[in-house]
Amino acid sequence: MMRKLSYLALTAAIGCSAMAHADERTEQFIQSLTELGFPAPKANELVHIPPGIDKLEEAEIHPELKRVIRRGHDLFINTQQLRGKNVFNGMQCSSCHLGDGRMPFSAPTWPAAVTLPDFRGKNGHVNSLEERIAGCFSFSMNGKPPEYGSDDMLALTAYHRWMASGVPMYPKQPIYGRGYPAPERPKELSYARGKDAFEQNCAICHGADGSGLQRDGKTIFPATWGDLSNNWGAGIVRVFTAAGFIKNNMPLGQPNSLSDQEAWDIAYYISSQERPQDPRYTGDVADTLERYGPTFHRHSMYGQKRESDGHLLGDHANTGEKGFLKPDTLRPRTFE
Amino acid sequence: MKHISIALAMAGLSVLSASVQGEMQGDAKRGAQAAALCIACHQADGGGKHIEGGESWPRLAGLNATYIANQLHDFKSGARSNASMEPFASMLNEQQIADVAAYYSQLPPTPGQGGEEVDEVLLQRGETIALHGDWSAYLVSCKSCHGPDNQGAGTVFPGIAGQHAGYIESQLQAWKGRTRNNDPQDLMGSVARRMSDEDVRAVAAWLANQPPAAKQQELSQ
Ligand code: HEC
Ligand code: HEC
Repeated sequence: MMRKLSYLALTAAIGCSAMAHADERTEQFIQSLTELGFPAPKANELVHIPPGIDKLEEAEIHPELKRVIRRGHDLFINTQQLRGKNVFNGMQCSSCHLGDGRMPFSAPTWPAAVTLPDFRGKNGHVNSLEERIAGCFSFSMNGKPPEYGSDDMLALTAYHRWMASGVPMYPKQPIYGRGYPAPERPKELSYARGKDAFEQNCAICHGADGSGLQRDGKTIFPATWGDLSNNWGAGIVRVFTAAGFIKNNMPLGQPNSLSDQEAWDIAYYISSQERPQDPRYTGDVADTLERYGPTFHRHSMYGQKRESDGHLLGDHANTGEKGFLKPDTLRPRTFE
Repeated sequence: MKHISIALAMAGLSVLSASVQGEMQGDAKRGAQAAALCIACHQADGGGKHIEGGESWPRLAGLNATYIANQLHDFKSGARSNASMEPFASMLNEQQIADVAAYYSQLPPTPGQGGEEVDEVLLQRGETIALHGDWSAYLVSCKSCHGPDNQGAGTVFPGIAGQHAGYIESQLQAWKGRTRNNDPQDLMGSVARRMSDEDVRAVAAWLANQPPAAKQQELSQ
């Protein structure tokens, strides 16, 4: 029954999208996802699941382009090769974008290649694909993006563009599995319950202190807070984004196994821990909150008192491993 | 160091409770004696043996001590059931468990067997699963928990690179069939149950062919 339904939804979705056809691979993905409790595509949704990097060789594109795409893929899953240069925490791009950036409900990254340039509320101007990637470097990687137009930046954009092969620019339909769709917010969130649930379900890999697991300086399990984690400006510090990520992706290999309440409680608990300062920090946490509250921090715990001990979150000048606050690339555009 | 380990061991002995599991300090020298029980299957060098079509004996040499100790506790308590292991684990007291675990963890790891004559296509599939996963079946890669080289991560995720193919296969099948369920949070079970029999054979063979450790010294820490 389930299977039939999802198959129908899929055919409908494909029928009205400009995509050539839903191949067997896509069908198999959708089937595994629905069996794991993810919703089937809705009739009006654009369904696209990029091929894995193992399919790159058969693509009919210039061999040099293949080489550059492969480089971009390698940077995406082993971003730590840029540690100390562009990355100042223990994250890979794939730490938050599972399946090398291809997985629905894990903020697949290819949609940026077909929806940008466009206006983004977070920084209030029109962003390019490069600038979107630079955003994740500046906040999620607590880093300094590779220069616009540099080899590394081009390689990353080429990988994103390749993942989006076959999808029309500026699609009109919503994209199936885009972002980290959050379950409905429960009435109350509890720090204590979140802590318990984190310790029971997550600490085995991420550590009870959230520092993850490293071996010989290599990240095995990424840090969920602290200096090795993303900074206060990263999208995932918004409680609803974290709840969506967790519900859909964690514990690793067991998506949708937590209740909505658990996912939100844990997200609230994680978001109530310290991490490197937001690069947009003005030198004062209240002032920073006032400026970036309306577009961003009203969804995070930044500048608020922690429920458990009254600690004022984000009230510090710690930038983690990096010796600067704000990378130069983070600047407004005015087109004047 | 020795003083501390003996003191801890004595403290442990007096409290024989589940709460000391895996925390008791083992003495590798004493462990070597207790390991006399184990040699028939796990071999004098701790290398174990791949047995085609039969029950393979895992390599213990170089595995994490806490992981080994936890498994022995689980055989003893019945949390992990295995007819061959149960009687031997039951003969060991808490201290001896800590000691043999310390002993095996410090032996230099030996190469895995059973992946030698497997065809390229199957090995390729095994490599994909181990290093990249197969997200079309929501198979997370082995390396995301067992470490970048699959040589183990912390005390919970054992080294599987260079383990015998027959043993890896039997364990994955045990998880699939729910006869092994002593993994924390069903982490391994939920992945194994999404693997086909061919996936299991493929990944077992590929892993058996991988080096069990980057450098010998790394393991004896
Ligand atoms: C700490 C988690 C985290 C890490 C690490 C991370 N990202 Fe992201 N990324 C996010 C979040 C959160 C979003 C926003 C998702 C949403 O829309 O809700 C996002 C969105 C994106 C998007 C836009 C997707 C869309 O739907 O338009 C791209 C592209 C992207 N990230 C690329 C990258 C790249 C490249 C890296 C590595 C340099 C990276 N990300 C690392 C969390 C992360
Ligand atoms: C079996 C180990 C494991 C368990 C258990 C686990 N995670 Fe993860 N988690 C990972 C891995 C590995 C990644 C990175 C993704 C990758 O590399 O494939 C990750 C990534 C994350 C991230 C994004 C990166 C970061 O560090 O911020 C968050 C947030 C996260 N996990 C939260 C949780 C929460 C909350 C739980 C418990 C409900 C949990 N995890 C349980 C292994 C685990």
